[in-house]
Amino acid sequence: MSAVGHVSDHNHAHDEHDHHDNQSFLSKYVFSLDHKVISKQYLFTALFMGIIGIAMSVFFRMQIAWPQESFKVFEIFLGDWAPGGVLTADKYLALVTMHGTIMVFFVLTQGLSGTFSNLLIPLQIGARDMASGFMNMLSYWMFFVSCVIMIGSLFLESGPANAGWTIYPPLSALPQAIGGSGMGMTLWLISMAIFIASSLLGSLNYIVTVINLRTKGMSMTRLPLTVWALFVTAIIGVVSFPVLLSAALMLIMDRSFGTSFFLSDIFIQGEVLAHQGGSPVLFEHLFWFLGHPEVYIVILPAMGIASEILATNSRKPIFGYRAMVASILAIAFLSTIVWGHHMFVSGMNPFLGSVFTFTTLLIAIPSAVKAFNWITTIWRGNLQMNPGMLFSIGFVSTFITGGLTGIIVGDSTLDINVHDTYFVIAHFHLVMGISALYGMFAGIYHWFPKLFGRMMNKNLGYVHFWITIIGAYGVFFPMHFVGMAGLPRRYYNNTAFPYFDDLADINELITWFAILTALVQLVFLYNFIHSIFFGKKAVQNPWKSNSLEWTTPVEPIHGNWPGEIPTVHRWPYDYSKTNKDGEYVIKGQDFVPQTVPLQENEEELDH
Amino acid sequence: MTVFLIIIVVALFAITVWQLTKIYQLSRDSSSIDPSQVANDKDNKMQGNLMLAFGIAFYIFMFYNFWSFTDRALPAASSEHGVQFDNLMLISMAVIMFVQVITQGLLHYFAYKYHGRKGQKALFFADNDKLEFIWTIIPVIVLAGLIIYGLFTWSDIMDVDKDDDPLVVEIYAKQFSWNARYAGDDNILGKANVRFIEGTNTLGVDASDPYAHDDIVTAELHLPVDRPVLFKFRSQDVLHSAYFPHFRAQMNVVPGMVTQFAFTPTITSDEIRETEYMVEKIARIQNIRKEENKELMAAGEEPLPAYEQFDYYLLCNKICGVAHYNMQMKIVVETEEEYNKWLSEQKKFSETMEPQEESAETEVEVAQVVN
Repeated sequence: MSAVGHVSDHNHAHDEHDHHDNQSFLSKYVFSLDHKVISKQYLFTALFMGIIGIAMSVFFRMQIAWPQESFKVFEIFLGDWAPGGVLTADKYLALVTMHGTIMVFFVLTQGLSGTFSNLLIPLQIGARDMASGFMNMLSYWMFFVSCVIMIGSLFLESGPANAGWTIYPPLSALPQAIGGSGMGMTLWLISMAIFIASSLLGSLNYIVTVINLRTKGMSMTRLPLTVWALFVTAIIGVVSFPVLLSAALMLIMDRSFGTSFFLSDIFIQGEVLAHQGGSPVLFEHLFWFLGHPEVYIVILPAMGIASEILATNSRKPIFGYRAMVASILAIAFLSTIVWGHHMFVSGMNPFLGSVFTFTTLLIAIPSAVKAFNWITTIWRGNLQMNPGMLFSIGFVSTFITGGLTGIIVGDSTLDINVHDTYFVIAHFHLVMGISALYGMFAGIYHWFPKLFGRMMNKNLGYVHFWITIIGAYGVFFPMHFVGMAGLPRRYYNNTAFPYFDDLADINELITWFAILTALVQLVFLYNFIHSIFFGKKAVQNPWKSNSLEWTTPVEPIHGNWPGEIPTVHRWPYDYSKTNKDGEYVIKGQDFVPQTVPLQENEEELDH
Repeated sequence: MTVFLIIIVVALFAITVWQLTKIYQLSRDSSSIDPSQVANDKDNKMQGNLMLAFGIAFYIFMFYNFWSFTDRALPAASSEHGVQFDNLMLISMAVIMFVQVITQGLLHYFAYKYHGRKGQKALFFADNDKLEFIWTIIPVIVLAGLIIYGLFTWSDIMDVDKDDDPLVVEIYAKQFSWNARYAGDDNILGKANVRFIEGTNTLGVDASDPYAHDDIVTAELHLPVDRPVLFKFRSQDVLHSAYFPHFRAQMNVVPGMVTQFAFTPTITSDEIRETEYMVEKIARIQNIRKEENKELMAAGEEPLPAYEQFDYYLLCNKICGVAHYNMQMKIVVETEEEYNKWLSEQKKFSETMEPQEESAETEVEVAQVVN
């Protein structure tokens, strides 16, 4: 099917190739339709947002560790938010809220899905570009606009949204209840509405591209796991993001047009509001119907990236390819029916709590299969310890550590007492925050040669990895114990409860590790930016990888392949495959690219 | 302790910076030999060793955390269902740590053992149905056990048995304080709605409802020990969450609806103060406060108030505004007699409303129009 589509495509691409040098700066670098450029645009934007999001976390961690102390850095970076260098309670909540929003949506969602779907889908399935380059460009620029609005809201006099990243009404609906629910929340909602539209445009494009534009021979079971993960991620996005949009629209109407979807029986600042009959619990349902799949939107691409990098650098096929695909599908399906585990104590019917406990713990099964398969993949390998590989191993480590505590927070009974405490913070930061970031770093180190035609410095990569993994565990492992001591999240300080005084030293420890971890990201940034300009020129296939992206020229061209699109003859994981006589399939080479036909004497395996 | 930790972290960071410059230097020097930036045998060996070292360090760190931080965890539950909760928590934690220790061990050990070497051949091992079946079925069995245990406990906790004659208490939340309303002699709460809020009637109790007359509104929560209590939660403005950490109880407080949670307190405030856990905890906190006060006094600031004795507390656990971090109510668990004595000293709702009887009546009319 796809092969037919490509005959004409191929000629067309040649035409484009011939005159693509005449493109103006604007159409080549700004409003580009080329998926590789758009991928870089996503990456740069996400990294920029990431710097802001991580800096925010350092600031509020400092407030938690040393409450009410005056810091010069606060005066410099936060200005009015910290009069005399002391962060105010109001702005503490603003920092917490914006950190969550920025990291979840703008860094992890688009930094992973946006960057790597755009880069890898066409390159790994053998397509000239995305199905619709224009839609792709539109998707990025809408994302950009939503970033600008979100960042813009930081500079409002009344402050940005500060009702928590989950923006539960009535707090988020009533400016009387908290300052940030005025203009700040309006901008938050507008920004997110645009973000959702952008995400949908992108996702639809990814889905169509994977289904329609695979090159000849690239059956679904020959797709690299990255493409599978990104494909399924896009489907989850299309299914769940519209629900968040509806929630956002209803909230906008409650706020501005006097409707009562989420509001009822409210008396605030000496007056009874007219709203009657709505329910905040409805909002929670709508929010988490996206909110939970969102977690998998973040983590699935990281899983795909880690699978690919682990296999390549272990010089071994990924163990249990079909089980890996099946577990991606199972996770995707289950992810849409577990949202209620965020609401065990929300006041919804306890019977629903039972159902959601059941579905939630079911997710542990495909997740466990994946973890075991990754471990088996590196067993008896010949591990090439490139920075991307280290981050992939780190990913498996944090995914297990964070995932296991999911058995506690996903159990309705146990959730009663750990809900909204630091135990939950530790759980989800490890399993989706840190793991997804590792996936993103792994991807950047691994595909940097494809993005920029140069290599990143490996030694700086090693330094980056080791300090990051020590720091991240130093932050989030002790945090479980703070949660088990019963300390709620989103507390400006804990001095109101003398009972929590003896947690101060753990909190200080966590903050020191947080500062360390944040600082070492500067090493990454330096390495990243320096390597773009001065990095060692990459060879065509530096990691000796099988997948199609490494058959394109080092200098990226419009249309990806100068001649015909390559034909695929095998799956992408024929690493260290040997013939009966124990000799590699291709003599002296432990990998067989997907473009190589079945060799003489080679056994055809059904994966 | 803290100072010690800070010193360690700072030292680690210093070592890091030193290593970083050294490694960077090395990368400069060796760039003439191996400029590819792809891991070579030396890197593989080095990073493999580091993986093993990290695996061991991670074990030690986890052990250290359990060793030195578990005493900060909450004391044994002070409620009947809390005992089941603690059991389930312990079992889950044991399962988790067992899996954690094994998988992290394998992961880091494999990363060390199979680090790349020239001429080493990786094993082409693409799948094995038997293995995959095993590690699908084991989680299924273990999780089934945990799910079943969890669900039985959950329905135990959530099912309120009316035959136990639970004491009915309303917990009322607003930015940023709590109130309790006792149902009085009839053990039935009078109707209430925010539209009745006026003057001293801050909870919006419906004065025309005869059940409301004997209701008692208080700012402290007193509970008789060993008697089931059914809490009804109401909020007048935004979402709050009533979190009773020592009783393993929590329920969101939602404006526009009444949520509920029931538990039976089993340890009185006096009893828990005498437990070894609490005596140690209070001593530790008093020490911390003493140290801090020294610093504060030296700086010429107000010293912190002393932490004399432990009280149970109810706190807010759902972001509700700027003072979310300080929304608390003292809880006193006491014997039946003490409780009855305390309750009899409190004013009934009808008593608090007497001087305003007239305005209350007009309010009812207004309310009826609204309704």
